Amino acid sequence: MPQFIGRRLLLLLPVLLGVVLVTFVIVRLIPGDPCVTMLGERATPAKCEVFLERYGLNDSIFVQFGRYLVNMTKGDFGESIRFTRPVSDLIAERLPLTMELTLLAMLFSTVVGVGLGVISALRRNSFIDTLTMIIANVGVSMPVFWLGLLLAYVFALVLKDTIFVLPPSGRFTAGASLQDLSVYWGMTDLTGFKRFAVEFMSNTTLINCIITGDWHMFWDSLKHLILPAVAVGTIPMSIIARMTRSSLLEVLGLDYIRTARAKGLIEKKVIGKHAFRNALIPIVTIIGIETGSLLSGAVLTETVFALPGLGTAMVGAILARDYPVVQGFTLVIALIFVLVNLLVDLSYAYLDPRIRLD
Amino acid sequence: MIILGLLIFIAIFAPLIAPYDPTQLLKTETRRDPPCIHLFGCPKEEAQHLFGIDGNSRDLFSRVLFGSRLSLQVGLVTMGFAILIGTIIGAFAAYAGGTIDNILMRIMDVVMAFPSLLLAITIVSVLGTGLINALLAIGIVSIPRFARLVRSTVLSVKELEYVQASRALGGSSMHILFKRILPNAITPLIVQGTLGIATAILDAAALSFLGLGAEPPRPEWGLMLGEEKNSIFSAPHLVIFPGIAIMLTVLAFNLLGDGLRDALDPRLTRSRSA
Repeated sequence: MPQFIGRRLLLLLPVLLGVVLVTFVIVRLIPGDPCVTMLGERATPAKCEVFLERYGLNDSIFVQFGRYLVNMTKGDFGESIRFTRPVSDLIAERLPLTMELTLLAMLFSTVVGVGLGVISALRRNSFIDTLTMIIANVGVSMPVFWLGLLLAYVFALVLKDTIFVLPPSGRFTAGASLQDLSVYWGMTDLTGFKRFAVEFMSNTTLINCIITGDWHMFWDSLKHLILPAVAVGTIPMSIIARMTRSSLLEVLGLDYIRTARAKGLIEKKVIGKHAFRNALIPIVTIIGIETGSLLSGAVLTETVFALPGLGTAMVGAILARDYPVVQGFTLVIALIFVLVNLLVDLSYAYLDPRIRLD
Repeated sequence: MIILGLLIFIAIFAPLIAPYDPTQLLKTETRRDPPCIHLFGCPKEEAQHLFGIDGNSRDLFSRVLFGSRLSLQVGLVTMGFAILIGTIIGAFAAYAGGTIDNILMRIMDVVMAFPSLLLAITIVSVLGTGLINALLAIGIVSIPRFARLVRSTVLSVKELEYVQASRALGGSSMHILFKRILPNAITPLIVQGTLGIATAILDAAALSFLGLGAEPPRPEWGLMLGEEKNSIFSAPHLVIFPGIAIMLTVLAFNLLGDGLRDALDPRLTRSRSA
């Protein structure tokens, strides 16, 4: 197993380097003078000189790339032009929400998708099967942002006098605020990665609430995330449901399942232990691939629900031509995507011993 | 197929069906009236607006109808571009083999390491906002899918006997590639391309929704949703109708793609009949 993990990690290196190279090159492809492009109307020769010097744009492209790589390993993603703050600070501030949203959406899509797929496969050609497949086909065709708007309309307005009412926007109820964990833990003068980690955890609302034991705030925060998570998770949920159904149906037709039944195993064991485990590989693959769709969906949904995550910040940065932020955020999201797919690869080895021995 | 046929019909005859110009401002009408439908009791003396009037006093029904043209164009143009470039890259990589194949495929791996919509957003940020740039970005991020598909097809057939025979008969590389090898890739390309059109329409709508794609006053469904997203509580119909249009179009291409895959993939046909 360690060899298998080592090999996968080695294979990851060129892709990671490529991802870094693409994010580096893409910003350098902007036509025209970078100073004029980024500073816009504020660009004067004197200001441009300072600007080029400050962002190291006077050096050769190879020196710039080398510095970019070295800085990145230290967690330095450059400085935002708009906010004149380190991009890593913005990441610590914005990424937690996007990750919480993506994880909740992943949970929703996996639990509901696998559940619907299994029911569908076991009750093939029944009413439930037809209904599930209609839901899956329609769900996969819905624009995330539109579904988000519809959910907000239904749960915040139509159901406003019922117990199902949910907030249509924001991270938590106006006026509420989170405790800073560095203050809570009495840690002062934090620097480097420690500061980033504590700030990151402070901004991860659900974790912050668990640490500080603020359950009222936890519920409030969770309520604000339910609708966005359902919106983001619907497309992956539909795809997972379809994949689970077809994968399980395929396995259920195999000889060893007939043998398991013939030797008198109860149906629960046949499905749960024999069929489902073997049907899991394509399902896990799809969950990995759909992480990309979840991350993209999170970016779109944040705009609909006015959530201060990476997505809203990235769109703002694009419109303001704040390229270091665009670059840093794209890189972080791509890294998360690559790492999730690595985890998926590693889970194959757990699910199918043959892969480990390959 | 019925939805798609209807969609193509609407796209072609939009100017004849639409009661108004999609960009015309109706200065005499009140903003965001609920839809005026004569059949449902709207007074006959009032002008009929089946989907209501949007925030800029334009007839939404006409805009949604014209939006079908743009969405079909978006899907076909981006996928046409991606298939063309993807086929060239895939065929070249498989045919050349060795280092060239390795380099090209590693580049494709890197492009696929990004969530596609996010890479498209980043590309738009570099190229500048606008529909053409958005289409180009969606096209670029879709290339690897087709390049891989064509490469694997070419690799699987290039050593087969009939290709060897063609080579022995003195066929040029181009002739063998285009006449003998690539026709094998057409079926999977059609299936992937049809499903890709659905994704491209969704992605283009998403970029326009974020304000990075089509620019006002273009009748683009994603842009309509972006412009009216704040009216969801006061005039939900302005959000519902363009969304339904996107959903039906994407659904039509998804179903067509699935149907084509089932019909054209002999393995699936066999397993169904078994």
